[in-house]
Amino acid sequence: MAQEKVLEINQLKTYFHTKRGIGKVVDGIDLTLHKGETLGIVGESGCGKSMTSLSVLQLVPDPGKIVEGSVRLNNEELVGKSEKQMRNIRGNQISMIFQEPMTSLNPVISVGEQIAETIREHQGLNRKQAFQKSIEMLKLVGIPSPEKRAKQEPFQLSGGMRQRVMIAMALACNPEVLIADEPTTALDVTIQSQILKLMKNLQKKLKMGIIFITHDLGVVAETCDRVAVMYAGEIVEYSTTEELFRHPKHPYTKGLLQSLPKLYEDQEELQAMEGSIPSPFKEHQGCKFTDRCPIAEDSCHQIHPDLKMSSDHSYQVRCLFYQEEKELTKGMSSV
Amino acid sequence: MLAFITKRLAQTIPVIFGITLVVFLIMQMVPGDSAQVLAGEGASKETIENLRHNLGLDRPLYVQYFDSIAGLFQGDLGISAKSHQPVINEITTRLPISVELAFYSTLITIILGMTAGIISAVRPYSVSDMSVMVVALLGISFPSFWLGLILMYIFSVELQWFPVSGWDSVKHMILPAFTLGASGAAIVARMTRSSMLEVVRQDYIRTARAKGIRGYLVIYKHALRNALIPVITVVGLQFGALLGGTVLIESVFAINGLGRLIVESIRMRDIPMVQGGILVASLVFVIVNLFVDILYRFFNRRIDLN
Ligand SMILES: Nc1ncnc2c1ncn2[C@@H]1O[C@H](COP(=O)(O)OP(=O)(O)OP(=O)(O)O)[C@@H](O)[C@H]1O
Ligand SMILES: [Mg+2]
Repeated sequence: MAQEKVLEINQLKTYFHTKRGIGKVVDGIDLTLHKGETLGIVGESGCGKSMTSLSVLQLVPDPGKIVEGSVRLNNEELVGKSEKQMRNIRGNQISMIFQEPMTSLNPVISVGEQIAETIREHQGLNRKQAFQKSIEMLKLVGIPSPEKRAKQEPFQLSGGMRQRVMIAMALACNPEVLIADEPTTALDVTIQSQILKLMKNLQKKLKMGIIFITHDLGVVAETCDRVAVMYAGEIVEYSTTEELFRHPKHPYTKGLLQSLPKLYEDQEELQAMEGSIPSPFKEHQGCKFTDRCPIAEDSCHQIHPDLKMSSDHSYQVRCLFYQEEKELTKGMSSV
Repeated sequence: MLAFITKRLAQTIPVIFGITLVVFLIMQMVPGDSAQVLAGEGASKETIENLRHNLGLDRPLYVQYFDSIAGLFQGDLGISAKSHQPVINEITTRLPISVELAFYSTLITIILGMTAGIISAVRPYSVSDMSVMVVALLGISFPSFWLGLILMYIFSVELQWFPVSGWDSVKHMILPAFTLGASGAAIVARMTRSSMLEVVRQDYIRTARAKGIRGYLVIYKHALRNALIPVITVVGLQFGALLGGTVLIESVFAINGLGRLIVESIRMRDIPMVQGGILVASLVFVIVNLFVDILYRFFNRRIDLN
């Protein structure tokens, strides 16, 4: 695969300045997305996945702010661009699908118009042409009788259909990057797999890079080329999907994989990881995972580990105890 | 939708009957009757009794009530005890004036209220927002007749921009309509603001921004349409309050509308006129409410189903 970079995120920090103090919601993220690739971001609720993606589009809600770092689209810096410049990028070069299909569409505007307005905004087509194109987009995402559906309002469509509309809307201007923030979480399983298949097909057709955000490792295995595991605003492990599932390295990743139900193993019960993610407003000295880590030692409370790159540059891990080649011998067995 | 309208129409029938009954009973409780008033002070008992008989006031109450209901169905509201003319004639000349006043006031309520609310909501907690909200709070707190007198003093007496009273030209209508619409506008402004602030937090607004839609379109196309749905109800309710307000405002500005007619008739103990006037005013109120309900339902159908 020609590894042409389309989006590069470097040391991105998004903080929320509130009365409670500073919430380090995104705390130094590095990610690279190549053309035509799907990059997964996984992690528990509240670890900063959505804020990372909203930071890329510079749509972080108040009182959040990007305080440091860079986001480059085709080598062009986005952080610091004006609202007007960003508007030309949003929905055009970088699109986003949100996790709530039920509430992400405007309830009083026809779905066709909601797609068409994006097209008018970015491609300068007139009303009629744009509406025509919106019908084509609805056809592309597999909505039956698109001419009729285009004139309907969201409440007349099912959840799965609405998510298809969201996809049609996001792809209407042929974006180079699609950020899908848990696009299937709210849908039932059969619809979920239909939507995933659809996204894969469209990706091949349109050659876009996808950032796929989810907390479902099963979905990651199905869709992603590479994966970043996030914990409390940081990346703790970053590798190819295959490597991640075969040889998880960070104790958090191992925990996540162990909590996955395994069909082929005689497992008595589902092991969910105990404890919860630390608040982004809490000051931290050492590793953020120590409270829940089965192999943590005193040093973990003192030293904040760096994200270390493997010698062959194939993966990165943020753990004091991780050493290459030798699997961790303490605590957990490898999965 | 059609089922809803039919059901809603059916519901108004008992309401209208209820109104006729309440109005009738209240009028019975008022001390003194038309006969006494008509006969004038110092009239003999006999004269009054005679008048009573002529006016049918000596019949049992329920007979009088059903009689008036029967008349109502034929558009007959009785004969004025004062002028001896059919009540309906007087009302039909007065009602349009009140409706006109209410219409202009509603217009002011809507235009002024919504504009102020949007200005506030676009930059919440800014100086412009704070100023608008302070004025709105004052608008709600001022009694309308008092506001009317103040405005009349400033703009008619001192500045002489507008005539003091009457109802002939647009110039006559501005002050009364503003006075009557002011508190409604204040309520609508506050409602529009809070509704807008609620709506801009919704997911679909984030979607619109993520698509690269320009700022004013996000506000006016995506946010406002949704924000105005609950405001419609408030405007409807305001219209009811406004009809009540016409009574005061018409008296303050000496406008010969229905409200003033009712007040005058009460003073004269012209019971048929009062009864007719209140009945017609109530009917207007019920019809407007019906209309607002249907309108709200129409705009809200997509939200209900979510
Ligand atoms: N308005 C806000 N003020 C303060 N903190 C906020 C605000 N919005 C979000 N956060 C914080 O940002 C953190 C990250 O939120 P984010 O929505 O990115 O999580 P997520 O990984 O997308 O979770 P989920 O899987 O539930 O979508 C959360 O811990 C939350 O506490
Ligand atoms: Mg999220």
